[in-house]
Amino acid sequence: MGQSAVSRRDFLKVSSTAGAGLMIGVFLPAKERLVAAGLAPAQPFEPNAFLAISPDNAVTITVAKSEMGQHVRTSIPMIVADELGADWSQIQVAQADAHPDKYGSQGTGGSGSIRRSFEMLRKAGAAAREMLLEAGAREWGVSKSECAVSKGTVVHRSSGRELTFGALASKAAALPVPDDPPLKDPKDFNLIGKSMPGKDTPSRVNGSAQFGIDIRLPDMLHATVVRCPTFGGKAKSFNSKAAKGVSGVTDIFEIEEGVAVVGKNTWAVIQGHRAANIQWDHGDFAKWDSDRIKSMMEKKGGGTAVVAREEGNVAEAHKKAGSVFEAQYEVPFTHHATMEPMNCVAHVRNGECEIWVPTQVPQRVQTTAAEHLGIPVEKVRVHVTLLGGGFGRRLWADFVTDAVEISQKTGKPVKMLWTREEDMAHDFYRPTSIHKLSAAMTKKNRPRSWSHRVVAPSISGQLRPERFSGGQLDRSAVNGASNIPYEFPSILVDYVMTNTKVPVGWWRSVYNSQNAFANEGFIDELAHMAGMNPLRFRMTLLRNSPRHLGVLQLAFEKSGWNTKLGEGRGRGFAMHESFGSWVANVAEVTVKSDGTFTVDRIVSAIDCGLAVHPDGIRMQMESSIIYGLTSTLKGEITIKRGAVEQSNFHEFELLRIDETPEMEIHIVESDEPPGGAGEPGLPPVAPAVANAIFDATGKRIRKLPIRPEDLRA
Amino acid sequence: MARYSLTINGKKQSVNVPDDIPLLWVLRDELGLTGTKFGCGRGLCGSCTIHLDGESTRACMTPVEYADGSEITTIEGLSPDLSHPLQKAWLAEEVPQCGYCQSGQIMTAASLLEQNSNPSDEDIDVAMKMNLCRCGTYQRIRKAIHRAAKEV
Ligand code: FES
Ligand code: FES
Repeated sequence: MGQSAVSRRDFLKVSSTAGAGLMIGVFLPAKERLVAAGLAPAQPFEPNAFLAISPDNAVTITVAKSEMGQHVRTSIPMIVADELGADWSQIQVAQADAHPDKYGSQGTGGSGSIRRSFEMLRKAGAAAREMLLEAGAREWGVSKSECAVSKGTVVHRSSGRELTFGALASKAAALPVPDDPPLKDPKDFNLIGKSMPGKDTPSRVNGSAQFGIDIRLPDMLHATVVRCPTFGGKAKSFNSKAAKGVSGVTDIFEIEEGVAVVGKNTWAVIQGHRAANIQWDHGDFAKWDSDRIKSMMEKKGGGTAVVAREEGNVAEAHKKAGSVFEAQYEVPFTHHATMEPMNCVAHVRNGECEIWVPTQVPQRVQTTAAEHLGIPVEKVRVHVTLLGGGFGRRLWADFVTDAVEISQKTGKPVKMLWTREEDMAHDFYRPTSIHKLSAAMTKKNRPRSWSHRVVAPSISGQLRPERFSGGQLDRSAVNGASNIPYEFPSILVDYVMTNTKVPVGWWRSVYNSQNAFANEGFIDELAHMAGMNPLRFRMTLLRNSPRHLGVLQLAFEKSGWNTKLGEGRGRGFAMHESFGSWVANVAEVTVKSDGTFTVDRIVSAIDCGLAVHPDGIRMQMESSIIYGLTSTLKGEITIKRGAVEQSNFHEFELLRIDETPEMEIHIVESDEPPGGAGEPGLPPVAPAVANAIFDATGKRIRKLPIRPEDLRA
Repeated sequence: MARYSLTINGKKQSVNVPDDIPLLWVLRDELGLTGTKFGCGRGLCGSCTIHLDGESTRACMTPVEYADGSEITTIEGLSPDLSHPLQKAWLAEEVPQCGYCQSGQIMTAASLLEQNSNPSDEDIDVAMKMNLCRCGTYQRIRKAIHRAAKEV
C-alpha cells in the first residue's frame, strides 16, 4: 500500500458549511494502517494542523501543539502557509482544544512538533492550494495549469485576472480533495527557512499573553494544594479552624493527594495553608536520603544488568588488552523549574468539566479528568493556554486532578495554583544516575572495547512496573548510551534499574543528558590517554558518521579550536545526536586558583536537517545551553528524610545573566528532513564544560554539578 | 481589611483588602492585571517586578499598606501600543521564549535605562542578575537593552 492510498482515505478531510469557507483538516490515520503502510514504524505519526479560509480572506491555522517558548505557533503556520501560498499577514493562529483524535497526538515533546509532522503539514497546505487553483480556473473557464497562487490570491497568468483565497473559499470547498497534492520545490519556499517574527512575541512583551495562571472566570475560587513533603506520605491532621480564620479562606479539606485550601484570592489560600499547621504521616520513605539512594545504586550497579547492546566480546578484549581503563560518572536528580508553577483552572458542573491549563498533553488531561470524574471524555473540554515553560514537566497531569477534585467538591470554577515550594517538592525529577565505563586499550593506546553500564531509576519502570517484571530492558534509559556512534571492535552497553519513591520524569533531553555526559567525558579521557587531540581521536572512531563529522568540523572551525588560550583558560569539546539532530559544542572556561571558574563562550554547531525556522532553532539552542549549564554548574536536587531538600530559588539556583557565556549558534546547511531543535543542544553542554575544565586544570570532572571545591588546586 | 488607594498605570483605584496582602495579588487577583507574574513569592526571581513611585520593586514582597497612595506602573502601563523602546527592542531581537519572566525583565530593564541611558555590559549584569529566566533568554536581553539604549 502506497502513501497515496493512505492519504486518500485518512489524510485529508474537507468540509464546507455555509459561510464558513474552506476548511481542511489533517487527521491522524488509524495507527494500524499507517504501520501497515510502513509510515509509522517507530515513532507515533503526529500531524497537527487545521486550516480554515474564511470568505473575508482570513486564513486561520489551528495549532494543536503546545506553545512553551519553542515558537511552534509560528513555525507550524509557516509550513502550512508556505505550501498554501498565503500571505503571512493574513495568517491567524488558533490554539486547538483537546480532542481525542481530530488532530492526532497533541502531545508536545521529544522535540517532535516539526520533525514528526513536516510532510503532513505541507500536504495540508498544498491540498488547499490545489483546490483554490481549481476553483479559480473554473471561475474563469481556463485550465488550472494556467493559474498560480501568489500572496493569498489565485492569478490567471496570461490575463492577470486574480481572486483572493477568501473569494474562492466556498467554491473550493465543494471540490474533491486531491489525492496526493504536489509539493513545492524546496527552492521555491518563501516562508520555510526564513526567520519569521514570533506570532506571540507582541503579547509576551506587553503583559497580555495568557498563561494558565492568568485565567479568570466569573465567580472563580482560588486554591492551593499541599502534599506531604515525603514521597508517599499522607496528611495526619490539620487545624481547619485556624485556616478558616484567615480572612478570605472559605474551606480546607483533604483531597486524594494532599490538602486543599480554598478561598477568595491566592494570598488568602497561601496564608490559610500556613495557618493550618498540617501534620504528616511521613511513611516508610522518610528513612531515605541521597546517600542511601547512592549506596543502593552502587550496590545494585555491581549486580546483574540487562544488556542493551552487545557487539564482539568485551570480556575477551579486556583480557587481551594492554590495559583496561575504568571510570565512574555521576549525575544527580534535578528539577524542571518552569518559571510558571503548576496550575490549572477547572469547572465541574452538571456532569461536565471545562479545563484551562498550560499542558504539554491536552489529551492526557482530558482522559485523566474524565476518569477521575467517571464521565465520558466528550464531557471534558480542555483549553490549552500558553505555557510558562514545559521542559517535560507538563507532560504530567498530576496537578490537573487537584483542580478537578476541588471544583467538584466546591461546585465552583477553581484556579488551583501550587506555590514555588510545592512545585519544587513535587516534580518528576530528572533521574539521578551512575555510569560505569571501561575501555580496553592496546599497548599503543588504541581502544579495543567500550563498555557502559547505566545505573538509574526508570521513568517507564515507575509508571508501568509490570512491563519490566521479567527483567525487560527500558530502552529509553540507555538512549544516547546504546547508540553511541564511535566504532569499537567490541561494545557492551547495559542497564540496571534502581527505582525509589522519588518520582522521575522526562526532563529536557531525557536520558540523553546523563548518558552524553558519561560518553563524552570518557571518550575525552581515552583521547588523552592515547595522546591525541580529542577531535582527531573522535574522527578516527567515526568513519561512518558523516553528520557527526559535519558538526564536529563546523564547531572546530567556528570556535577557532587551534588558537591559543591564555593562562587558566581551557577549551573542551563534546558532541551528541538526539531527537533527529546532531550537535557539537566547544566550551571555553577560565579557572582561578581558588577553584572558581566561569564559562566564557560556547560555540555550538547543529545539523537539524532543513532549518524550518532558523531563529527559532537558534533560540532553542541558546535555551538548551543555559538550561544545560544550570544543571552543569548549579541546580541539584537532594533528598533528606524522604523529601526534597530544596524549597525555592535560593536553594535550587538557576543560571543568571552575569553567568551567561557568549553563545554562537551555527546551523549546518542541509536539505535533509527536519530534525528536532528543543533538546539536542543540551546533552553536549555539560561534557564540553567538563572537558574544558580538564584542559585548563588537568582535573577530570566525573560528577555533576561541578563545584569550585572540586577544582581547588 | 482596610481600604487602600493606589494609582495604577495612571488610573486611581481603591481596594478593600487585608493589610499584609502583597501588591502582586492585589494586582493579579483583585484588579485583573495579570501581566505581573508570580514566580517564587519570596523576592528571588523578579517575575513580579513593577515600578513603585518610579523604583523597580518586587510586588510579591510589598505589602499593600506600604504602597498606599503610591503610583504604580505595571507592564500593562509601560506603553499603550508596544512603543516603549524596550518593547521595540524586545520585538526586534525576538527575546521572549515562553515569555513568562519577560514582564519582570522588561520592568527591571526600564528602571535601569531611566537611571543609566547607556549601560555597559557590567551595568546590565548588576541590574538584571536578580531576574531569572528558565528559558535562558539572557543573551538576547542584553542585546535588546543595548539596542533600546541607542534609541532613548
Ligand atoms: S515572584 Fe516576586 S520575586 Fe519571584
Ligand atoms: S522566557 Fe521563559 S522564563 Fe524567561
